Amino acid sequence: MAFITANWNPLGEAFYRKIELYEMGWSLRDGLKECLVAAAPYGGPIALLRQPQRPSSSARPQLEIYSSSGANMASFPWKSGPVRQLGWTVCDDLLCIQEDGTVLIYDLFGAFKRHFSMGNEVVQNQVLEAKVFHSPYGTGVAIVTGASRFTLATNIDDLKLRRLPEVPGLQGAPSCWVVLTQDRQTKVLLANGVDLYILDNTSCTPVVRQTQTTYSLLCLIILALSPLTVCVFQTPPGLSPQACSIVNMAVSFSYKYLALFTDSGHLWMGSANLKDKLSEVDTKVRTPPKQMVWCRRPKSQQPSVVIMWDRLLLVAGECTDTIQYTLDEESVCVAELDGVRIIGGSRHELLQEVPSACQDIFKIASMAPGALLLEAHKEYEKSSQKADEYLREIKEQSVLGEAVRQCVEAAGYEHEPETQKTLLRAASFGKCFLSNYPPEPFVSMCRDLKVLNSVREYTVGIPLTHTQYKQMTVQVLIDRLVYRKLYPLAIEICRYLKTPEYQGVSRVLKHWACCKVQQKEEPDESIAHAVSVKLGEAAGISYSEIAARAYECGRTELAIKLLEFEPRSGEQVPLLLKMKRSQLALSKAIESGDTDLVYTVVTYLKNEMNRGDFFMTLRNQPVALSLYRQFCKHQEQDTLKDLFNQDDDHQELGNFYVKASYKEKKLEARLSLLQSAVDEYNKAKNEFAAKATEEEMKLLRFQRRLDEEKGEALLGLSLQETLHALLTSNFHKQAEQLYRDFRVPDKRYWWLKLTALAEKDDWEEMEKFAKSKKSPIGYLPFVEVCVKQHNKYEAKKYVSKVTPEQKVKAHLAIGDLEGAAEAAIERRSEGEISTVLSRCSPTTDRALLERLNRARSTAAKK
Amino acid sequence: MPNWLLTDLCLLYILQEHEVEKMFTLKGGRLPAADVKNIIFFVRPRLELMDIIAENVISEDKMHSPRDFHMLFVPRRSMLCEQRLKEQGVLGSFINIDEYILDLIPYDGDLLSMESEGAFRECYLESDQTSLYHTAKGLMTLQALYGTIPQIFGKGECARHVANMMLRMKREFAGSQTQILPVFDSLLLLDRNVDLLTPLATQLTYEGLIDEVYGITNGYVKLPPEKFSAQKKQGEAGKDLPTEPKKMQLNSAEELYAEIRDKNFNGVGAALSKKAKIISAAFEERHSAKTVGEIKQFVSQLPHMQAARSSLANHTSIAELIKDITTSEAFFDNLTVEQEFMTGVDTDKVNTYIEDCIAQKDPLIKILRLVCMQSVCNNGLKQKLLDYYKREILQTYGYEHMLTLNNLEKTGLLKPQTSTRNNYPTIRKTLKLWMEDANEQNPNDISYVYSGYAPLSIRLTQVLARPGWRSIEEVLKMLPGPHFEERQQLPAGLHKKRQQGENRTTLVFFLGGVTYAEIAALRFLSQMEDGGTEYIIATTKLINGTSWIKSLMDRPEAQAS
Repeated sequence: MAFITANWNPLGEAFYRKIELYEMGWSLRDGLKECLVAAAPYGGPIALLRQPQRPSSSARPQLEIYSSSGANMASFPWKSGPVRQLGWTVCDDLLCIQEDGTVLIYDLFGAFKRHFSMGNEVVQNQVLEAKVFHSPYGTGVAIVTGASRFTLATNIDDLKLRRLPEVPGLQGAPSCWVVLTQDRQTKVLLANGVDLYILDNTSCTPVVRQTQTTYSLLCLIILALSPLTVCVFQTPPGLSPQACSIVNMAVSFSYKYLALFTDSGHLWMGSANLKDKLSEVDTKVRTPPKQMVWCRRPKSQQPSVVIMWDRLLLVAGECTDTIQYTLDEESVCVAELDGVRIIGGSRHELLQEVPSACQDIFKIASMAPGALLLEAHKEYEKSSQKADEYLREIKEQSVLGEAVRQCVEAAGYEHEPETQKTLLRAASFGKCFLSNYPPEPFVSMCRDLKVLNSVREYTVGIPLTHTQYKQMTVQVLIDRLVYRKLYPLAIEICRYLKTPEYQGVSRVLKHWACCKVQQKEEPDESIAHAVSVKLGEAAGISYSEIAARAYECGRTELAIKLLEFEPRSGEQVPLLLKMKRSQLALSKAIESGDTDLVYTVVTYLKNEMNRGDFFMTLRNQPVALSLYRQFCKHQEQDTLKDLFNQDDDHQELGNFYVKASYKEKKLEARLSLLQSAVDEYNKAKNEFAAKATEEEMKLLRFQRRLDEEKGEALLGLSLQETLHALLTSNFHKQAEQLYRDFRVPDKRYWWLKLTALAEKDDWEEMEKFAKSKKSPIGYLPFVEVCVKQHNKYEAKKYVSKVTPEQKVKAHLAIGDLEGAAEAAIERRSEGEISTVLSRCSPTTDRALLERLNRARSTAAKK
Repeated sequence: MPNWLLTDLCLLYILQEHEVEKMFTLKGGRLPAADVKNIIFFVRPRLELMDIIAENVISEDKMHSPRDFHMLFVPRRSMLCEQRLKEQGVLGSFINIDEYILDLIPYDGDLLSMESEGAFRECYLESDQTSLYHTAKGLMTLQALYGTIPQIFGKGECARHVANMMLRMKREFAGSQTQILPVFDSLLLLDRNVDLLTPLATQLTYEGLIDEVYGITNGYVKLPPEKFSAQKKQGEAGKDLPTEPKKMQLNSAEELYAEIRDKNFNGVGAALSKKAKIISAAFEERHSAKTVGEIKQFVSQLPHMQAARSSLANHTSIAELIKDITTSEAFFDNLTVEQEFMTGVDTDKVNTYIEDCIAQKDPLIKILRLVCMQSVCNNGLKQKLLDYYKREILQTYGYEHMLTLNNLEKTGLLKPQTSTRNNYPTIRKTLKLWMEDANEQNPNDISYVYSGYAPLSIRLTQVLARPGWRSIEEVLKMLPGPHFEERQQLPAGLHKKRQQGENRTTLVFFLGGVTYAEIAALRFLSQMEDGGTEYIIATTKLINGTSWIKSLMDRPEAQAS
């Protein structure tokens, strides 16, 4: 297997390899010369803006979009303004940033989607430089203008422009700059000659550098994040203070690391927060590089950076040595999660650190378990007994599990299907000799590789590595295939990986359908049919999205047809409203049960229709009507009245007037509202309510009269309260009158009078009252009321009048235990005797106790 | 560090973890001063609240340092509210407007509540089914977490509506269901208006009585402080009597409370004294501890024992407070009347006790509870009787209560008798709603929670589990609304294989509220040895007769007083 290591180059402890991914399918006469190039990470598409060959005013540049293998996807003459920068979003959309700050967005196939501006200020000052960057928030754009001001948009899908503070002393564009994402904040790090600055939302912080000693120790003090933390770090010798202006910088894929290149040819590598230094290398090239990118993989053995000049490509790591490649054509480097892709006019290559699993297995004379297993399997294929020897050696060290793991892992890092197969076969062979080896890693690696090989295919042209694939997830890969309209492949992959339908096949089909409805030449009928046949009962399909797309294309009829397939009635509503099918929207909203949605439609209808039609519509939809009533109750009282009127709901109208009457301060107005209520109640044949309301009016008038005549404050009191007030203020005549006029039941009146008299200690009057006629409430209340007013003397007067059933209670109320006992024994009631007994205390007369106990036992026997 | 404004919810713990500096309840006018950059409003989507918030924001703008406003609607965004904010001209002041989907709030290990007070009123009085939509959504979330519930039973119009929405949502999200082994075997949806009687009756369990007397809100109760002052150390006692009400949290995390909460109050005393003996015996052990090891063990148990002792002291005090009330004559008389109604004694005549209470102007809600109870137990009151009560109430408490009475009539709590046939006795007999010999100390039937009355709602639940509703078709027809059964297909491979003797789990959802006594009855059924069913309880709101009737009252703003 010596040939595998043929393209390996050592750098310190590690090796680097350059693999050819594709021979480019495009035919560019001048290669990438005079081209503005943007290639998306994760093996994404490549955009080229080629300057016209013969510069003339009429000639326009050509914008071309290719897959990573160089297959043409779109090509058209650029008719808008001069472009400063191209970039790709995370959704594979192309961003073209123009000099005037306008950003135009195109899809993969060159169809214009939308545009936005980076601010008015830019129009005058022009964009000098621009960068497209990715963060957890999405895709962002950063520009620096002719006025040396930076503007950021962290997420172009939720555009919020932030103009960063001024950088002191900066004229024109800085020598170099990068966008960093740290602590959920996006910042700009820039170098202006010898000075470094960090720009964030609110401040521009200089990174202070000092020279010390004859070694020219370079000391950077950073006043970062907060003024409280001051960090100091030093860079080792080699950068003379006079000539160490920074000419290029690069931030790693993960925003964790930073590389700075100085005009003295030195390369500094460290953490992006500028706190730790990783290494420093003298490249001995003093020309400013064309491009510099990090070449790092997760779990890398060393930090390394790839630097590109016109004819030279250089890899620098921790040691003083570097790897140098000659470039024979104009190229562009694309940073990836685990390496660097180099795109040239004729070739597309991947440069990466050789993963340790591959090193272990393929390094010449390696004795790693994986290497031995591979050897064993090779011998086994040759039917040689040496296979056994190798196996024994592995088993003696009991590293067979490790050997299998290495082979499986290494297979993931290899691009050649043949090499992958060899490694996987070796792993499978080794597995046979292990009893409990879990099958999942092997199986899933086989699956992953099958998917990867199919998308790396020349015709698809997505050269993903296994590491990138795991990072990006299947979902995103499916999305990317869908953007490329590779629907059959996407569906194949979903089915092969058994992705749940709604995340997999259904999603792909939806995109297919969205694309299908845009085919203008086909008639509505056949499209609707084709869509319904293909999508059928596929789970979780959002027909409303498809319909919305059809509507956007101006095909309303098709949209309505498609909407009928939508199972989620709620989803249909917004589009139906947009298409002015409001009646249908209303019934769909009601069907969904989502009352907020019903309100949405109702509000819409209210603004669209005249009042009569609106009310009629509501009348046919009781759910909507009652919701609208609720709304009116809070917001529009008058409308509420109209609604009741329309329905001839006299009961509710009555209630409405009653409610309104309580809000009214003036008595006359209040009375007239109540009169309206009476009328409505009468119409509603609610006699009781009508009469009660009339009574209320009568009471109000009575109260007013008395308030005026006698200076009382009765208005608003209830009848009971009014009577009470009258009785306590000695207006017995008026009380009597009210009692008769309102036909107050005797019982209640007696209670009322009794309490009123007791409250003002009018015992004489009470006695008269008690004798006036036979009390309808008995005489126990008299006893109790007196006791309540702490007048036992008066209470006693009434005890004798109490009925026999209540005697015991009455006696107890005045604390006359003996009397109670007497009464209870006389009545021979066990329960009452017990009650009396429970009130007895240790001081009670013993004789009484005994009598009670005796009486109880006789009563119990009975 | 944001500032949160809360209404209705206690999310304190989560919020503190996220470095929330201060929390305020929503109030009109200017916001309290605090040195913060962000202010987050946590609100129910109600229009009245929007006006308050608008007021907050408007008065804020006049001040110097601008702060960022955010808004989180609980449980869902509302177009109307946002529109209202727009009308008030403050919508643009909010940087973020989003929703915090919190439908069902866990109150205890077996209890979920949506805490939407208005639910019953909205559903049965105002035909606003928003809370039912939230219920259906909440149940969908529950199913996403704990698996599809294979069987859905229900009784009542609202139950039917919720079930329909659930089935529809299920269809809408077909294919997205999660592969989770179902935790619940069945769901029972019950309309509150199927059983209007139960909440009207006075609850007689320990927890139920605490709620009846002092009112439990959000798992907390506020108690008069006098009884608790004596627990201080001897030296301090009497020095400064606390004037603030004592606030206590009540849930099953407290061992003693878990033990006694669902007991009939008459059984609580015995349980408390038994517990007292155990605790003092445990403390006595210190004398027998001889070796260092034994002492160490004793000391290690001390914190737990001390907690148990203070818990015992608290509950003894509460029990004393409640006992003062339950032994009063008024309580006894009230209970007697309730029980007469429930057993069908003289439900068609004017009740003198009610008359007397009105004459003495007892609290209106008490009267309304009794009158409604009489009406429910008599399947409506004769027009003459009904008018008499209504007139008495209006004359005594004021004519403004006509609207409230009207509401009660609309919801069926109070109604004129239309047919001559009173089917309440049939229902009572078939479902055994009244048990003569209810054992309060060692109950053998759910009727212990009301000392004789077995809650209708729980009887329905019990019969459903065994022998099934088919046996009571006749009674079900007498109760309002349809009854139904639906099955939800489970994905292949998720059918539960039940072990021998393993219990079924049923989620009972009370639409329109549930009382603590009903919960106690369900817990009793869960614990029955041969029950075979375990119950989890969910509801729109924890209620009692008082809070329930209160939610149905209309109080005109300018009520004269």
